[in-house]
Amino acid sequence: MAVAAAAARVWGSSRGLGQAGLLLLRRPGARGLARSLPQRQVQQHFPSLDDKPQFPGASAEFVDKLEFIQPNVISGIPVYRVMDRQGQIINPSEDPHLPQEKVLKFYKSMTLLNTMDRILYESQRQGRISFYMTNYGEEGTHVGSAAALDNTDLVFGQYREAAVGAAYAAKRANANRVVICYFGEGAASEGDAHAGFNFAATLECPIIFFCRNNGYAISTPTSEQYRGDGIAARGPGYGIMSIRVDGNDVFAVYNATKEARRRAVAENQPFLIEAMTYRIGHHSTSDDSSAYRSVDEVNYWDKQDHPISRLRHYLQSRGWWDEEQEKAWRKQSRKKVMEAFEQAERKPKPSPSLLFSDVYQEMPAQLRKQQEALARHLQTYGEHYPLDHFEK
Amino acid sequence: MAAVSGLMRRPLEQVSGLLRRRFHRTAPAALQVTVREAINQGMDEELERDEKVFLLGEEVAQYDGAYKVSRGLWKKYGDKRIIDTPISEMGFAGIAVGAAMAGLRPICEFMTFNFSMQAIDQVINSAAKTYYMSGGHQPVPIVFRGPNGASAGVAAQHSQCFAAWYGHCPGLKVVSPWNSEDAKGLIKSAIRDNNPVVVLENELMYGVPFEFPSEAQSKDFLIPIGKAKIERQGTHITVVSHSRPVGHCLEAATVLSKEGIECEVINMRTIRPMDIETIEASVMKTNHLITVEGGWPQFGVGAEVCARIMEGPAFNFLDAPAVRVTGADVPMPYAKILEDNSVPQVKDIIFAIKKTLNI
Repeated sequence: MAVAAAAARVWGSSRGLGQAGLLLLRRPGARGLARSLPQRQVQQHFPSLDDKPQFPGASAEFVDKLEFIQPNVISGIPVYRVMDRQGQIINPSEDPHLPQEKVLKFYKSMTLLNTMDRILYESQRQGRISFYMTNYGEEGTHVGSAAALDNTDLVFGQYREAAVGAAYAAKRANANRVVICYFGEGAASEGDAHAGFNFAATLECPIIFFCRNNGYAISTPTSEQYRGDGIAARGPGYGIMSIRVDGNDVFAVYNATKEARRRAVAENQPFLIEAMTYRIGHHSTSDDSSAYRSVDEVNYWDKQDHPISRLRHYLQSRGWWDEEQEKAWRKQSRKKVMEAFEQAERKPKPSPSLLFSDVYQEMPAQLRKQQEALARHLQTYGEHYPLDHFEK
Repeated sequence: MAAVSGLMRRPLEQVSGLLRRRFHRTAPAALQVTVREAINQGMDEELERDEKVFLLGEEVAQYDGAYKVSRGLWKKYGDKRIIDTPISEMGFAGIAVGAAMAGLRPICEFMTFNFSMQAIDQVINSAAKTYYMSGGHQPVPIVFRGPNGASAGVAAQHSQCFAAWYGHCPGLKVVSPWNSEDAKGLIKSAIRDNNPVVVLENELMYGVPFEFPSEAQSKDFLIPIGKAKIERQGTHITVVSHSRPVGHCLEAATVLSKEGIECEVINMRTIRPMDIETIEASVMKTNHLITVEGGWPQFGVGAEVCARIMEGPAFNFLDAPAVRVTGADVPMPYAKILEDNSVPQVKDIIFAIKKTLNI
């Protein structure tokens, strides 16, 4: 009896059983409910019980034909785009009609990134830096999505679960911030992607999951990474609003991210954007992709469907850009990168006192002793060290 | 007679050396094998010997392995024996454990052991404890292998040493090869062992060549798990180490030998079950002990060695407290100069030895 009453409290109120149900469960002396119910009473109080499933776990109709749901990978979730491969707007109502300076900023950001990639990749080959990963072919995903965010929004590059936690904190603080979490289609295979999606949905967090599906995880092609319809198809499984976009179309990326941001914050719910693109470069400076893919495949994307080329065609067709400006900007952007690089190389190294900080928030006693010992040592023997290369 | 059977065992290139030996009675030219090649050979031989053995992990197949350790294996054995997985350590480690429970003998590769943290529940709870929890009914003959510890410029999240973490767990065996002979002998023993074995390799050692003794070239060359090796005999101090630091200890020993200090360098080879007897016998001879490891100091391998020495007969033979040389107690820095100084260097080992010997 007590159990039935407890059950009624737990199940009755939240599962839509209604007052009649509660009354039924509380009936004294009820051992087997079915046996103690007169037929008429069932029909009177639960007219809908025969028609609809009452399972707490799912809300759906009954079906009396055995049929498995076929995963749809031949014609999967469609790819949203605004421009065609030649940079022409397809549906004018989807054109974000951004002002010229903003679109030029898109273009200059993407090309500056491309220039920086070339210079830094080379500098790794020359031994000036230890490691580098380029963005070739994916510039549209970065710039289009970043442009749609506010300056106070939080960006996580990886760490899917932690991003959800941050979004939860932002919601609780009423911060009017969205969290965006970037990851590749390979990283989506990690267990914490599953946990991240599920928690974002159940905790109702203002987060945009931005998946860059670029075709490869180091050498693993998507055909070996998953068998379903990419990452976008997983979203609905978690109850997450999802979309697949043409990642090489900077306006499509912008539109989707802008709308996702608006709604994520207004409605406190997660969004999943799968940006389809192609990794033109190697995975990193430690990789040689000619080992696992053809040069022809790479050239197709470089020549026929590149985010920078498509935006350039859009700009040129509006008279907002031309060959001369292109030449001048290439020179200028190269100069910018080289100057920044040289400035960074000239910077003095951090102060030696910083050797001991930041393992914990408060410096533990034994580290403070070591810091003081070093300070004393440098006072006496400082001339033997290249201290002018370091900040004070 | 011995020469003829030698002819059968050795590859063709060795024949000329053999002939040289018969005529001039000198040793044949030494075979140089890198640690990477040794592990590759070991896995190749075991894959050939037993159909149930297979390798799975990220990039192990057509890519030849992220560090090229499984080079050529996919070409030779195909999709059924060398399996590329999606990026889910928890996933493929769990799957490997299940396969082992069902009678296969998987080699589960973690691209580095840092990523094994994603799968540690599978390694400890599903693999290590199952034989015990099933009352001896369910063995898990699995090998978890991959590079462990510091590399070069891969920063805090990719440089951790897991020897102490896995060495802590009953049910697991944990080995840590240093040179090529260790690598081949231990991987083969690990694969043939019916218990879950963690093989902690070292990325910086993969490309280092070592002289490969003739016994190591045999397809049945095994190094027993649970037995340490004395790499260098000495009388003044016992220096205990595992993995890459063993090389640094031998360098330090060479330097100190010129000053008349003779170090006995012990290569642990196995972390668990630890061969404390070899260390005890050495300490009872030398009366001094230091341990050297790449991992963090607290609750580490060196701490365990010191505790056991204290608990055993060798304690009474110590003339000075034992000293541990370890990695710095910080997350691994990225800046090269800081990284170089966060792992034990030869000078740190020499300093610890002299401090212990009160020189």
